[in-house]
Amino acid sequence: MIVLYAGITLGGIGLLCGVLLAVASKYLSVEVDERIEQINEILPGANCGGCGYAGCSAYATAVVEGNAPVDACVVCGNDVIKKISELVGTEASGKEPKVAKVLCSGTTECAKNRYIYEGINDCDAAARLGGGFKACTYGCLGLGNCAKVCPFGAISVEDGVASVDEEKCTGCGKCTAICPKNVIVLVPKTAKYYVGCSSKNKGAEMKDKCSAGCIGCKICEKNCPSQAITVENNIAKIDYDKCTNCGLCAEKCPRKIIKERSLNAK
Amino acid sequence: MLKDANIFVLAITAIFVENFVLVKFMGICPFLGVSKKTETAFGMGMAVIFVMTISSLATYLVYKYILVTLGLEYLKTIAFILIIAAIVQLVEMFLQKVTPALYQALGIYLPLITTNCAVLGAAILNIDNGFNLLQSILFGCFSAVGFTLAIVLFAGVRERLETSDIPEFLQGTPIALVSAGLVAMAFLGFSGLSF
Repeated sequence: MIVLYAGITLGGIGLLCGVLLAVASKYLSVEVDERIEQINEILPGANCGGCGYAGCSAYATAVVEGNAPVDACVVCGNDVIKKISELVGTEASGKEPKVAKVLCSGTTECAKNRYIYEGINDCDAAARLGGGFKACTYGCLGLGNCAKVCPFGAISVEDGVASVDEEKCTGCGKCTAICPKNVIVLVPKTAKYYVGCSSKNKGAEMKDKCSAGCIGCKICEKNCPSQAITVENNIAKIDYDKCTNCGLCAEKCPRKIIKERSLNAK
Repeated sequence: MLKDANIFVLAITAIFVENFVLVKFMGICPFLGVSKKTETAFGMGMAVIFVMTISSLATYLVYKYILVTLGLEYLKTIAFILIIAAIVQLVEMFLQKVTPALYQALGIYLPLITTNCAVLGAAILNIDNGFNLLQSILFGCFSAVGFTLAIVLFAGVRERLETSDIPEFLQGTPIALVSAGLVAMAFLGFSGLSF
């Protein structure tokens, strides 16, 4: 009998709470724009922050409120952006998909070290010790802060230099922000050639420090038919607005530091 | 006895002498989980104060007028869990409607409290200590203030730990637990004030 009472009482309290909550949810319901939920569902959900908002749902809210452009998500493909713009009713301005590239080729074989680093496995910490252990202070330290921060697992460190898996990279730019050497940049997916070096060292100095780096010889600058390459501070730089992917620079480069990327990746 | 004590004694006891986290070891989960930054720790503390005060009121009323009347005092634990969960939900809806700003500020901490044993602990201690309604509410509120004090202090300690040179095998949770123990030992000093 007492068990019955206990059951009824507890069930009663539970039922009462349930009814109360049901009623309350009716009266206290807040009008939430259903488009927020819809957009949130089609977003990647990686919460990478590439759009500049705290996460995917924060971005969805901002889009619906009209505070963010519909194409701010760097990860989404054009089809997702199209869906978002249909939901919100504003046109996408159309953006160029980008991909992260590590502008350093100083693998353990090529690049010389100044000292033996035995500190913690962190690029930031290493970079603070006199600019890092590599003789070239502009190069990738290869301790993988970028790999740790990448929400898509697209970066790995191979032979002491970070390398981006273009199949996985979505161009969110997290790695470019965390790299203490600023050696990772976003290049357009349509770009076929890139300069695999960031060193501002002078030619002779560079040859001494790393057998792979750009020596600023200006051969590429002279040979480029569309004036897309300039050498400034002893490093070649490609202007992708002008580049026609002709490949003459890569062919002429005596150091073979202007590299071709495979365009097979989508 | 604590139930005959005045408000001042009740406050000192709940906040310092019998601090929920550091002396009674209740609510350790949020104490370790939400104490990485002072701001979030403070937010969690505020949410706990809010919920603990209201749940002390509600559980007292349910115990006194439903469970005691029916002679079902032994059901208090499970009944309180039910009530606290319902209250947290209700409070969350109410806040979202009335003060969206506060709702935003408390964020995810509010639903987290549903499963916080400190809230249940306060409700049960109110009954065990034989408090009346006013004392229950005050004790719930002061206990939560003690929780806030502990978690904010500990967040300060953890922020210092972030930049300290800690041996690899102690990094992360191990050093957090060790320092939690040390903070708890510091609070042991207040036991001399007990009534």
